Amino acid sequence: MAFMDFFRKKNSGEVAKDRLKLLLISDRANCSPEIMEAIKNDIIKVITKYMEIDSEGLDIQITQTESEGGHGSVPVLCANIPVKDMRTRS
Amino acid sequence: MSEVIVITSGKGGVGKTTTTANVGTGLAKMDQKVVLIDTDIGLRNLDVVMGLENRIVYNLVDVVEGNCRIKQALIKDKRYPNLYLLPSAQTRDKTAVNPEQMIKLIEELKGEFDYILLDCPAGIEQGFKNAIAAADRALIVTTPEVSAIRDADRIIGLLEANDIRRSDLIVNRIRMDMVESGNMMSMDDVVEILAIDMIGAVPDDESVVIATNQGEPCVGDSSLAGQAYMNICRRVMGEEVPFLELKVKSGFFGKLKKLFT
Repeated sequence: MAFMDFFRKKNSGEVAKDRLKLLLISDRANCSPEIMEAIKNDIIKVITKYMEIDSEGLDIQITQTESEGGHGSVPVLCANIPVKDMRTRS
Repeated sequence: MSEVIVITSGKGGVGKTTTTANVGTGLAKMDQKVVLIDTDIGLRNLDVVMGLENRIVYNLVDVVEGNCRIKQALIKDKRYPNLYLLPSAQTRDKTAVNPEQMIKLIEELKGEFDYILLDCPAGIEQGFKNAIAAADRALIVTTPEVSAIRDADRIIGLLEANDIRRSDLIVNRIRMDMVESGNMMSMDDVVEILAIDMIGAVPDDESVVIATNQGEPCVGDSSLAGQAYMNICRRVMGEEVPFLELKVKSGFFGKLKKLFT
């Protein structure tokens, strides 16, 4: 059975759900890829003033998270910034 | 005091008009005084689903333009004495009415009726704005499809921006056999994605097509969809009892699942 599962294609229901989740994130954020790219470049500019980062590996995206007040989910801007060297570049 | 409910979806063809007809008829069956207003000007449909198409004299635009009194335009349903329909105009377009006129019209109907149901046109333009202008709450109809859910999400955002205090979700045309085989999103999936409360799910049922053919809503009959619509009506009325909804829901879905497995 596990062997069969390995070759099994993902159910179309799951595919639909995953596609929708990604779609709604960009719909809700009302944020074009160009703007996201601009934000990313600005973040790189600021951070590199203080530490050396891997700008190729930097990834930013808008996702949803539970709000602290417990009133549904709120959007969050997540940035994953790999740091190469913590020392300030002089 | 009457409650004004808009039935909306964004996407067309998901079952807004059918839902309006069934929820309206179901509420009337439970002795509520109900008026259904078709706000889809230019594409009149609620009258045929209700089987009242041969009795139209005046319409929504006639009332708004002062060609007749509201009472003259309301069609009384012979099967249910508490049920009325205000049909839309077929030969005009959405611009014939504006949101202020809708608010004024509904103000006049308030007090006369327990429930005022507004059948919203597809889209998010003028017709949508007219339909939601006077609404207290919304029933959002969607089907378990990517396109319908995406549009529903947009509608939820617009309703929030327009201060509609409560929105509930109806998942329409669900096929439990496909959900179980993993080829259709479940009610839970849809609720998780849209993050609003679900007030009911209606199975994809032949009886809905048959009922629409005959111009007689299937709410309250022995079919699965008829039962589902009746449960939705109970939940619409029972909003002061917060836990009842969940109980009824689980009971119903338990039965639904058993029937399909």
